[in-house]
Amino acid sequence: MASVEIRNVRKAFGPVQVLHGVNVDIADGEFVVLVGPSGCGKSTLLRMLAGLENITSGEIAIGPRVVNNVPPKDRDIAMVFQNYALYPHMTVFDNMAFSMKLAKAPREVMEQEVGRAAKILGLEALLQRYPRQLSGGQRQRVAMGRAIVRNPQVFLFDEPLSNLDAKLRVQMRAEIKELHQRLRVTTVYVTHDQIEAMTMADKIVVMNGGHVEQAGPPLELYDRPANLFVAGFIGSPAMNLVKGGMGEGGFQAEGGAVFPLPQSARGEAGIYGIRPEHIQLREDGMPATVVLVEPTGSETQVIARIGDTPLTCAFRERVTARPGETIRIMPEMDLVHLFESGSGRRLAA
Amino acid sequence: MSATTALAWNRPNQQPNWLVRLFDWKPFLAFACLLPAAGLLLVFLTYPLGLGIWLAFTDTTIGRSGYWVGLENFQYLLEDPLWWNAVFYSVFYTGIATIGKFALGLWLALLLNNHLPFKSLLRAIILLPWIVPTVLSAIAFWWIYDPQFSIISFLLVEKLGLLNNNIDFLGSAWPARFSLIAANIWRGIPFVAISLLAGLQTISPSLYEAALLDGSTAWQRFRFITFPMLLPILAIVMTFSIIFTFTDFQLVYAITRGGPVNSTHLLATLAFQRGIPGGQLGEGAAIAVSMIPFLVFATLFSYFGLARRKWQQGEGND
Repeated sequence: MASVEIRNVRKAFGPVQVLHGVNVDIADGEFVVLVGPSGCGKSTLLRMLAGLENITSGEIAIGPRVVNNVPPKDRDIAMVFQNYALYPHMTVFDNMAFSMKLAKAPREVMEQEVGRAAKILGLEALLQRYPRQLSGGQRQRVAMGRAIVRNPQVFLFDEPLSNLDAKLRVQMRAEIKELHQRLRVTTVYVTHDQIEAMTMADKIVVMNGGHVEQAGPPLELYDRPANLFVAGFIGSPAMNLVKGGMGEGGFQAEGGAVFPLPQSARGEAGIYGIRPEHIQLREDGMPATVVLVEPTGSETQVIARIGDTPLTCAFRERVTARPGETIRIMPEMDLVHLFESGSGRRLAA
Repeated sequence: MSATTALAWNRPNQQPNWLVRLFDWKPFLAFACLLPAAGLLLVFLTYPLGLGIWLAFTDTTIGRSGYWVGLENFQYLLEDPLWWNAVFYSVFYTGIATIGKFALGLWLALLLNNHLPFKSLLRAIILLPWIVPTVLSAIAFWWIYDPQFSIISFLLVEKLGLLNNNIDFLGSAWPARFSLIAANIWRGIPFVAISLLAGLQTISPSLYEAALLDGSTAWQRFRFITFPMLLPILAIVMTFSIIFTFTDFQLVYAITRGGPVNSTHLLATLAFQRGIPGGQLGEGAAIAVSMIPFLVFATLFSYFGLARRKWQQGEGND
């Protein structure tokens, strides 16, 4: 096992800059998720870590060793690909044993190591099958098995769950997390799905446009997003972000509504953020017109309008209001987020 | 009144005419669609093949319809040193040319599979030898192999001074045999290279990346990934290539006409020479028919030996 340090790494494909100086520190045994929208450079960063892309400038160190010029096979990493990249002409056993076969390991060692990984993943019965004969979830497990057999310092996952259906994805998510808790191997996991990131990570690195927007534990990102991008990206449904300015008795929204501010609010906030689950139904709340009601069972999502400002709310209570009716709502004062309008930075509140 | 009154209009129940109904009738449609293809096959494939096989069992000559002679033609061939010679050269020609074509074609395909500048232009140029009519390239090779004006001899003797005399490519048996094989390889490479290139492009790049992380060398990636995944396509292309090479006629006939002293006769050229200029239609047909077992064997070998792989099939064979 090893720590990973990414220091001021840049990547350019010809004239196109993809990564603009990325810094990430990954502690030994940590589960780090790189998350961001398509094209943010997260997969490129992972591939640079694996050695599949070269590094334009900056440094990547695995353990004490800078690996910029170390070929992939000597980096002591194992990667799970989005399409699994299983060798279709080899059985599950041969797929998992391939790295040992290349290293000319004796047959008994191969059987022992593959057997160990197969046991962890419950693949014992499938070892003689070909990838074609497996379901998506089983292929996913074989891909992980191939990585486990390598006994690597670092596991790399490149959107490993995106080819699975929703139910299997949740199940595999739990399995990967459990696997990490068992093996305690440093893991870097790339996804565009913020729920995957929130549920699995010890540390999330939110990337956007080749920059790191914020890095930290999931709940810190949720509670104290450093900027507008992270605020909008983390959390589902997304945070309400209302434009406006500080005014008399509260935050003056462009749509005309006035939102209450916490006591500690200071500075010139241009954007008022409140998560849907932090809006409450209160008798003394602000009147809002219901636009849409979406009951999901455990909670009820309501889109309601105050003045011209639409707000998404998620209530624990069952809401019986119909579109057009008025409900009274109130943001939870200490859970309000305030951002600068120009830079989008969070204002200390 | 602002409400508009609905206009009464019922969709008329149209009866299609008899022609439309006829073509909607499945058995007729199947028959009508199959007719052109079946007709062409019957007239241009089945009839000549049947006639050829029939002739092989008769003593027909040009100008005289023959009588059924049973296996007499074949018995005669078994004792004919020229036929044995043609069998030997056909097998030799096919074997060496196939090895050459596949070695060079695979190499070329691997090169073209890399990122190269002007990739599509290069690929188009590669196809040229295959597009040029065989007789045209045969005439070019005829010049290349000319005892006096050969460009190879010119380069080696006049320009580089490596040899003292011109090479006599086509004047004696073994040089002529190898010269023809070289010409055939030159012509056959594009087909192999382009087909294998298509095969290479179906192999997912992430497999190579996975193998790279698994610690493979370039040779191991070829040996364990490229080659086995290319094998099915290789088998198909090889089957075709063997059939085309074994039945080759144009190249040999245009360059050597089977000479010198019948040393470069393939079965096809021998069959033609016996049958048409020689007039012995029955015997020529017998020689042609004698190719069939070789072709069937070659096809079955590559089909069963190489094409069917368990991993390509779907479920249910564990």
